[in-house]
Amino acid sequence: MASTIRVRATANGDTTEVQALIQHPMDSGFVKNAQGQIIPPHFIQQLTFEHSGKTVFLANWGAAVSKDPYVKFSFKGANKGDELKISWVDNKGTTDTTTAKIQ
Amino acid sequence: MNEGMSSAMSMIRNMMLAAVLMTSVALPAWAASETDYKTALAAAESAEKEAAQLRNKWTTTEAQLKAARKAAGAGDFDAATASAKEAEALAKASIFQATSEKQRWKDMEIR
Amino acid sequence: MRLQTILRTSLPLAFAALSAAALACVAASAIAAPDKVDPMADGKAFRKYFTDKFPKVKLEEFVNGPYSMNEGLRKQWEEKEQFPPYEFALEAGKEMFSTPFKNGKTYADCFPNGGIGIRQNYPYFDEKEGKVVTLELALNRCREANGEAPYSYVKDEMASLTAYMAFTSRGKPMDIKIPNDPRALEAYENGKRYFYTRRGQLNFSCATCHVQSPGEHIRAEVLAPALGILNAMPIYRSEWASMGTISRRFTSCNSQTRAVPLEPQSDEYRDVEYFLSYVANGLPIAGPGARP
Repeated sequence: MASTIRVRATANGDTTEVQALIQHPMDSGFVKNAQGQIIPPHFIQQLTFEHSGKTVFLANWGAAVSKDPYVKFSFKGANKGDELKISWVDNKGTTDTTTAKIQ
Repeated sequence: MNEGMSSAMSMIRNMMLAAVLMTSVALPAWAASETDYKTALAAAESAEKEAAQLRNKWTTTEAQLKAARKAAGAGDFDAATASAKEAEALAKASIFQATSEKQRWKDMEIR
Repeated sequence: MRLQTILRTSLPLAFAALSAAALACVAASAIAAPDKVDPMADGKAFRKYFTDKFPKVKLEEFVNGPYSMNEGLRKQWEEKEQFPPYEFALEAGKEMFSTPFKNGKTYADCFPNGGIGIRQNYPYFDEKEGKVVTLELALNRCREANGEAPYSYVKDEMASLTAYMAFTSRGKPMDIKIPNDPRALEAYENGKRYFYTRRGQLNFSCATCHVQSPGEHIRAEVLAPALGILNAMPIYRSEWASMGTISRRFTSCNSQTRAVPLEPQSDEYRDVEYFLSYVANGLPIAGPGARP
């Protein structure tokens, strides 16, 4: 199955800029479908970016984040060629993870 | 009645008149019957049909027709008749729009 | 009562429209004969109107809609284009396009050049049928001709497919032809008339927003110019949190003015797509696009 995570990490001097686009419905649990029934909540609860075994970015999400979330952030201490590990867990216990090389 | 009172009275009367005119529908002074509703609905539906032929129905007309039928279903013929009359007014306005726009659209055209 | 309200609100707009039209007339320094259909002259006047109104915007930039009108929005969009929200639909569309039908044939069999790099030729006037044929219509006809059920015109699979086809044409100039056929001219004129006609209880025409007020705000949205407005379709709209086709935008614009939308791919919609695409001839295809 194709990964739900698209990521691009670029090193610029000692700062690495990371962009990620994650495919996920992020249903809040407040929206009704065409038949008038509530679409059950289904959203990412935790998103983690790790480098060298250390967490460089941790997001605790809830119902307010929209579908297919896009994240962008920078961090220091990584080099070109290093690996970045991205993983998420949602409220149903589903997970996905991927690694990307810093360019 | 002295002058002050009669001018006050006429002011009140004017305000009441204005209030009645403000409501976009003229409500009958007596309670509307099912027949009143059916007549009003028929007029509204006929106008909406013409709007449909002109490919120019308004969503608000449809909403009022729906509200009229719903109120009638609940036995509230006052509300049902009022909604039906509103629907007719909206439908007629949409017909006016479609008809006048046949020429008026050229005012907007970039030449 | 309602009628008076409409006339009262439409009067200032009508005056604005008249003065805009008057200005356009003066700028074009020509009094157009109102009953002669001249698409080439229309296209020229259309382009001139927008380039005069926005002298700092390059002609090819108009296809970026609100981003050509607002610097702040543009910066956000340029950043997002590094990781565009339509990416998932684009990938899905590519896969769908190359997946054979149950009978073994593919979309490539229905289209010139295998369906690659042809989006800029749509819509076209089909002289056999005597009507305008859009890309969405052609795709569904391809499906039905091969024993497959048609897709909804408004989103999902149709949006993914047209996203992929648009992507293969990115950068190519819009190239709509009007054959020397009175029916084609009539379809073009129909589309033009639809574009400028006021509709809905709010009494807006397409021109009210996209000719009179591009770059201005309607509630929180920045309005796109009409020039090249279809070049970036289909689009991922943040408002929809999904992709939408030209059909989706036409029907939703209608309901937003409180007009009951027509059926997707109705004659009027096909014709207005024909008109809008034609006057954007020469401007690049920018689809699939992303919008707020």
